[in-house]
Amino acid sequence: MTTFETNGQELTTVTDESETAPIIIREFRVPGEKAPMAAGQANFVFDVDDLSVYYGTFRAVREVTLGIREHEVTAFIGPSGCGKTTVLRCFNRMNDFIESARVHGRILYHDVDLYDPAVNATEVRRRIGMVFQKPNPFPKSIYDNVAYGPRLLGRKSASELDGLVEQALRAAALWEEVKDRLKQSGMGLSGGQQQRLCIARAIAVEPEVILMDEPCSALDPIATARIEDLMHEIKQKYTIIIVTHNMQQAARVSDRTAFFTTEVNEESDRRTGVLVEFDLTQKMFSNPSNERTEAYVTGRFG
Amino acid sequence: MTALSPTVPATVRSALTRRQRNVGGIVLHVSLIAAMLFTLLVLFTLIGQILVEGIPMFRERGTAFITGTIGSEPTKIGVWPGLYGSFFIGMGVIVLAFPIGIASAIYLEEYAHHGRLTRFIQINIRNLAGVPAVIYGVLGLVIFVDWLKPITNGESVIAASLTLAVLVLPIIIITASEAIRSVPQGLREAGYGVGATKWEVTRDHVLPYAAPGILTGMVLSIARALGEAAPLILVGAITGLLPRTSLTEKFTALPILIYNWSGRPSKDGAVSWENAAAGAALLLLALVFVFNVFAVILRTRYERKRIGL
Repeated sequence: MTTFETNGQELTTVTDESETAPIIIREFRVPGEKAPMAAGQANFVFDVDDLSVYYGTFRAVREVTLGIREHEVTAFIGPSGCGKTTVLRCFNRMNDFIESARVHGRILYHDVDLYDPAVNATEVRRRIGMVFQKPNPFPKSIYDNVAYGPRLLGRKSASELDGLVEQALRAAALWEEVKDRLKQSGMGLSGGQQQRLCIARAIAVEPEVILMDEPCSALDPIATARIEDLMHEIKQKYTIIIVTHNMQQAARVSDRTAFFTTEVNEESDRRTGVLVEFDLTQKMFSNPSNERTEAYVTGRFG
Repeated sequence: MTALSPTVPATVRSALTRRQRNVGGIVLHVSLIAAMLFTLLVLFTLIGQILVEGIPMFRERGTAFITGTIGSEPTKIGVWPGLYGSFFIGMGVIVLAFPIGIASAIYLEEYAHHGRLTRFIQINIRNLAGVPAVIYGVLGLVIFVDWLKPITNGESVIAASLTLAVLVLPIIIITASEAIRSVPQGLREAGYGVGATKWEVTRDHVLPYAAPGILTGMVLSIARALGEAAPLILVGAITGLLPRTSLTEKFTALPILIYNWSGRPSKDGAVSWENAAAGAALLLLALVFVFNVFAVILRTRYERKRIGL
């Protein structure tokens, strides 16, 4: 870990401030250089290298390079259309379901390129869980919502499942509220409870990473606060990447923040998303290196 | 409660409380009711007519009208061969058309690449649903009666059943496709998110959610298959002397009996051929009803499941 921090300080962030050239951030290294994770660094979960995502011929986001650390909360912020959700959905191959989506570049997860044809996307999604913007519990009982994932993984005894369900619901801070009505529909819960049920459902398959795509955007401030507290608790066990529109939320919950924005380009008339800056959250919000980040976090743009 | 403030100008008060005549709205309202009443009127006239003409037949013959066989006197006939033929045509549709149709819909919606070819196939399936039933009769005559004679034994219940299964296949595919398309993407993503495979998501989430819509398609297609007469005439349905129960010999079905009997001249007697046709129509309605009750029960169950009960 220490090696890394020094590396980070030694390699200065390369930014090009001129009008025409794109701004490309190379945190810790330049593309093509051996990925730091490959150097036996266990504290990196993902290593994203020169990632571009296309929808048909339109390049939605380009040349993203960043590393995600273990047991940290990484926040992706930026204006609408900047590609932060698109990038997030690459981490568990959720973009596979958008037929026009194509991914260029590499996302290494434990040294395996997630977009290698040999990779089993289902196995990826089991290890890298996801919580969606709109709470989407299955139209099943609360118990079955949580037990669905573990059941897929093989036959488990009823008592084993009971234990797993309770554990997951406790971890998602929902157990006390629902323990007497596990057989009732998950659709009957409030929005905040539904979202925590979705978190419990993701936790129940014991993933390593949990991706959260604006998990609080449909929730009121009290429910949001509960989810944020929950994220603090579960990051001991999981690595979390959260996309949020709410900068205060990013500042509150994350250790590191990546700021994306949109850029005009020659390829198309639609704006392409780019990663502007990626650093410790504290630094991003107090003393960002890039003036576009500063403009965004201080509310002057975006 | 405070009274209206006297300072409120009288014009505001009168404007707010004035009755406004919304002529267009009233006309629309009345015409909508009229359209609905017209539909009901047609339906009840039809059912009334069948009941009035059909009940004397049951009074005269009792259960013998159901268990008896076809004859040359309206006072001595029964519909058994027709009931038998129609029942097995319905079963054939259930056994053949439902699985193939639903599987095709699952493939087209969930598995196929949504490119030009898929769109072309979908358009063609829609067109097939609009092909007149007689054309399917020709198809049945050529393929199921002629080419597949070793299996169907020519003009038989099996050939008729296959023909009608093919006839309703496009209806099943279209309704099932629409039902599958209406499944929220969030539900699929929720399944994929916990590591379910495509088949697991389809089986556990997509199909249960789409089930009410798929079952509605089944109800429609059963009714359609049992009611068709034209293709059956082409594949050889007759109204002569028939074996009581056979899947591989000459056959008939209820719509054929209704068509044939209602064309015969009335003679003096307790009951006429018209009564016989109406009686057969009543039994056809009952048969459709029996098939549909199962589908409706299932649909209600799945509709409750959608909200997680």
